[in-house]
Amino acid sequence: MASEPLLTATSAGELLELRPRGSWTASRVTTLESLAAAAAPAIDRANTVKLDLADLGELDTVGAWLLEKLFRRAVSAGHRVDVTGVAANYAGLIEEVRQVNRQSRPPPAAQNPVVVRLGEIGRSASGATEDVAAFLQMLGSLFVAMLGVLRRPRSLRITSAVYQLYRVGWQAIPIIVLIMFLIGAIIAQQGFFHFRRFGAESYTVDMVGILVLRELGVLIVAIMVAGRSGSAYTAELGSMKMREEIDALSTMGLDPIEVLILPRVVALICALPILTFIGVMAALYGGGLVAQFYGGMSPAIYIARLHDAISVAHFEVGIIKAPFMALVIGIVACSEGLRVKGSAESLGRQTTTSVVKSIFLVIVLDGLFAVFFASIGM
Amino acid sequence: MPQAEQPAAIRVRDLVVGFGRQVVIDHLSLDVRKGEILGLVGASGGGKSVLMRTIIGLIPRRSGTIEVLGRPVGGVRDRRTQNIAGQWGILFQQGALFSSLTVRQNVQFPLRENLVLSEELMDEIAIAKLEMVGLAPGDADKFPSELSGGMIKRVALARALALDPQIVFLDEPTSGLDPIAAGDFDALIATLQKTLGLTVFMVTHDLASLNTVCDRVAALADGKIVAIGPMRELLQSEHPWVRAYFHGKRSQMLQPQAS
Repeated sequence: MASEPLLTATSAGELLELRPRGSWTASRVTTLESLAAAAAPAIDRANTVKLDLADLGELDTVGAWLLEKLFRRAVSAGHRVDVTGVAANYAGLIEEVRQVNRQSRPPPAAQNPVVVRLGEIGRSASGATEDVAAFLQMLGSLFVAMLGVLRRPRSLRITSAVYQLYRVGWQAIPIIVLIMFLIGAIIAQQGFFHFRRFGAESYTVDMVGILVLRELGVLIVAIMVAGRSGSAYTAELGSMKMREEIDALSTMGLDPIEVLILPRVVALICALPILTFIGVMAALYGGGLVAQFYGGMSPAIYIARLHDAISVAHFEVGIIKAPFMALVIGIVACSEGLRVKGSAESLGRQTTTSVVKSIFLVIVLDGLFAVFFASIGM
Repeated sequence: MPQAEQPAAIRVRDLVVGFGRQVVIDHLSLDVRKGEILGLVGASGGGKSVLMRTIIGLIPRRSGTIEVLGRPVGGVRDRRTQNIAGQWGILFQQGALFSSLTVRQNVQFPLRENLVLSEELMDEIAIAKLEMVGLAPGDADKFPSELSGGMIKRVALARALALDPQIVFLDEPTSGLDPIAAGDFDALIATLQKTLGLTVFMVTHDLASLNTVCDRVAALADGKIVAIGPMRELLQSEHPWVRAYFHGKRSQMLQPQAS
């Protein structure tokens, strides 16, 4: 049934007779395209074109369109065109194809590459101010929602907040413990290895304690949470935005900030200090194990050294930062989630942006706190 | 050609599909003839979409055989099914357009993946298909998120037809459309079916489309086909569910206009 397509052109003086044969169907489009291209010059030369479709085997839209293109080429060159032998079952299709592609599309406007480049730079610069505006707007709306909750404490979604706390807090504990345990162990190992050369091994404990309590503990936990929970928040809110769930909430007279975002941010603010505390303990435990098995320091001495080296102030410096970092992560994650547009690609892009931006801001915030604590002498 | 020799486009025998303990399709057999429009009706949640998705290989079956155009069908990732995939086009209920591609790219996608042809011809074919389903060429560069529900259905139909398939599966093509648009869509399907010689397998609740475009209607109840035939035969069916479906309050409302 399906046979190789052919286009026989017999030219007699001014008259050109075209007889397509075989299957003019989509699966043979490569052959068909070259056949049609080969026939084009002959059409331009002739005066009268006769298109005889009597021998056509199979025809579908692609084949019909290619024939129609030949037909239009001849007509636009001012030739007389006769189409004969149209089978009854293909007449409708040929008639249908005759109607399409009548409007010529406007050619894409030529663009100066320099201007395009400059336009991109300008857009990303204005995008940066938009980012700041979105961040501040989310901070403001959260503040307003918080005030509303203070006025009417029952409007806080306790169930939702507890559920989010379970997700971002409780379920994150195993991975946080594992990572921080390893971080503590690695720092201790490096300390023993390098300090041993000048006999200062016992200072390893100071290094592990101060570093983990003040800086690394909270920083690494915040980065983990941004990657783990911030991305989840963005993806959740983004897909809710895509499916018009957030619009549905607003039309029911509910504030999406109060219903969706406040419980999430509150949960994050509660979870991060707890996770930081657990993570710091895990890191100190990891450091202690390395001290015993690699540094040859007994646990009693490790604990005693730790007692001398660190103070509550060190712990405070670390833990005070945690809620602020949680707030930044929460705001970035939620505002990026609400900026998701209709496509799957935009959901992915916004999730990536959320994680990158919140990690960046967490590190910047850590730097600002370092300056602050140094200047108040903590 | 006598009816007996005409091979069935889709042949389903003794199909069983279930999830967990629930059996959705229970020893179902169905033939869809070449070149006909078959409408499938059934209760909401009664397994119409499951049957369609099983035939196209998206849902695994427990037992039974499915043949499409004389060839057995396995799962979607089965090589045999992939060979048939060029022969069918599927219109999903929500359109299932690729959201990160424009309308034109969506229609071109099957062409690009399956055939070797020039960019120019591909553009022309895509625009031709879009115009055939009643869209303006100006819509070609829009993204799916910028389209209305009816336009999404039309683009999805254009994409289903991109490779000039022999069989088209339509999952509730007129749901969510206004009666005028639904009527246009029915007329469009009928025209395309006549011009392209398509076999159409249509899941629908739209009594008007069942009445106007379907050659035969199959009723699915309790996991089986309980009645199949032209609309007037189904209207006389004695099966209680079929009677309730076609002689219920809503269908009565249609009677004065329909007759």
